[in-house]
Amino acid sequence: MMTLKRFKIVVILVAALVVTVAVVGCSGSKSEDKAATDGTENAGQTGGQIKGTVKVAGSSSVQPLAEELAEAFMEKNQDVTVSVQGGGSSAGIESANKGTAQIGTSSRELKPEEKGYGLKETVIAKDGIAVIVNSGNKVTALTKEQIKKIFAGEVKDWSEVGDLKGPITVVVREEGSGTRDAFQEIVLSKEVKFISNAVVQNSTGAIKTAVTKDINAIGFISSGSVDSAVKALSVDGVLPSEATVLNGSYKISRPFLFLTKSEPDAAAKAFIDYVLSEEGQKIVSEKFVKVK
Amino acid sequence: MNYKTKEKIYEKILLTSAFVSVITIILIGGFVFKEGAPLIAKVGLVKFLFGTQWFPTSGEYGIFPMILGTFAVTLVALAMGVPLGVSTAIFLAEFAPPKVTRVVRPAVELLAGIPSVVYGLFGMVIVNDIIMYVERTYLAGILKPEYQRGYSILSASIILAIMILPTVINISEDAIRSVPNEYKEASLALGATEWQTIYKVLLPAASSGIVAAVVLGMGRAIGETMAVIMVAGNTVAVPDSIFAPVRTLTGNIAIEMGYASGDHVRALFATGIVLFVIIMVLNSVATFIAKKGVSRS
Repeated sequence: MMTLKRFKIVVILVAALVVTVAVVGCSGSKSEDKAATDGTENAGQTGGQIKGTVKVAGSSSVQPLAEELAEAFMEKNQDVTVSVQGGGSSAGIESANKGTAQIGTSSRELKPEEKGYGLKETVIAKDGIAVIVNSGNKVTALTKEQIKKIFAGEVKDWSEVGDLKGPITVVVREEGSGTRDAFQEIVLSKEVKFISNAVVQNSTGAIKTAVTKDINAIGFISSGSVDSAVKALSVDGVLPSEATVLNGSYKISRPFLFLTKSEPDAAAKAFIDYVLSEEGQKIVSEKFVKVK
Repeated sequence: MNYKTKEKIYEKILLTSAFVSVITIILIGGFVFKEGAPLIAKVGLVKFLFGTQWFPTSGEYGIFPMILGTFAVTLVALAMGVPLGVSTAIFLAEFAPPKVTRVVRPAVELLAGIPSVVYGLFGMVIVNDIIMYVERTYLAGILKPEYQRGYSILSASIILAIMILPTVINISEDAIRSVPNEYKEASLALGATEWQTIYKVLLPAASSGIVAAVVLGMGRAIGETMAVIMVAGNTVAVPDSIFAPVRTLTGNIAIEMGYASGDHVRALFATGIVLFVIIMVLNSVATFIAKKGVSRS
């Protein structure tokens, strides 16, 4: 099939590739770091000198929503620049307290010692996660502790938690998914890992399909995406719904908080007002539970 | 402009076109290596390749289960698809009456035209259900509970075996048809039966072409992503049974790219490097085998 000459060419090509790689690879890491810092600066952009810049920093779960809100806000208020950064809830609370950001964001309630900072908390959205099973499954309610044990792999058979018999098929989202992170944070806690042989699907739709097909399956999706194809379980006696997520009685939910020092400046206040306005809450309700 | 300069210009244009693919492969390769190499350097090559824990958001990057998963799915697919494909090719080249050929050949071509997501859907809804039924009804006592979910190496391989059929059939058939007729006639004249002729003369003479068919089929199987994601379960665990759910290297990239950031993205590019190297090695091996086959015949 292949002549010797052609084989030689392949060898030369591979060699060329290796050389390119070596050259590009060496310079690569530096430019990479530069790009990363550029990225965060870029979010601030120019134009901030006109009326004001609002720096929002904190929870990486809040970040995508905050970015979307910031974009919509800046379209209406060209003089204000809103820059959104990640870093985590703890970092967000700290930066609001120290004043390095006008608005700190958090995707969890403040701990007692953090309450002591005297920050003003504004709930901008609620995030609820429904635990779903096959509609043929007789189980209708589980405790948060049972759910934790199922997803951590301590409970492996439905007979341990209800009438149904059969090994539990745990279906989870992929690493990096916001729903997975939230579920991990609320139900499993940081140290506990998901059972390693769980089936992994990378979209809400795929999770639903997997649960629909297998009577022994259990999975989790955002509470807003539940429909009649699957059955949402009540957790500690409460079914997920907008109302129960909103009032916090449904346990697998978390608030998205904006934290400010007692009196935020005009630009920050304008942004918070926009987020709580009808228009802002409409953006919120696309993926989360709105608070107004 | 005289015809000689014209000729030269055309030649150069063609040369440039030819180099577009070369440059593309170097660019893509370079980019993947550039993005992924720092992470491999950070984690350590051995730990990255042979680690069994994959928790990229908590800094654990072991892709060994996925390397195994890729090979397992591909090999089982070849074990099913190649005999079926080569048999079909022999039938089409040697036995099929024109009426049958008129049905079989378009069917094979149609098979090649079905988008992979449709194969995936078929696998997810039909194949997985059947396998889950078999697992839970007949093998429930033998298999581990987590191997009774339908998602498995087996179901991914069945889908892939169907997907590589067109490649295997078409190239093998060409190879068998291109064996000089004298070989066959000589064999039959010596008193060999038709089957003996196929088995002892045609297939060995066409072997390099059939190897090429297998290799191209293997390339398709390793690279296929969407259909495999939908049926394989995507569990990151070292498989120890054909009923085990697996994640492949391509699947890993496709599943997690959406929300990945920072080192997680680099880890996915690093997965790409491994894939790149595997395919380069396989291609070289295939070229080597094919060359040997040619020089012998």
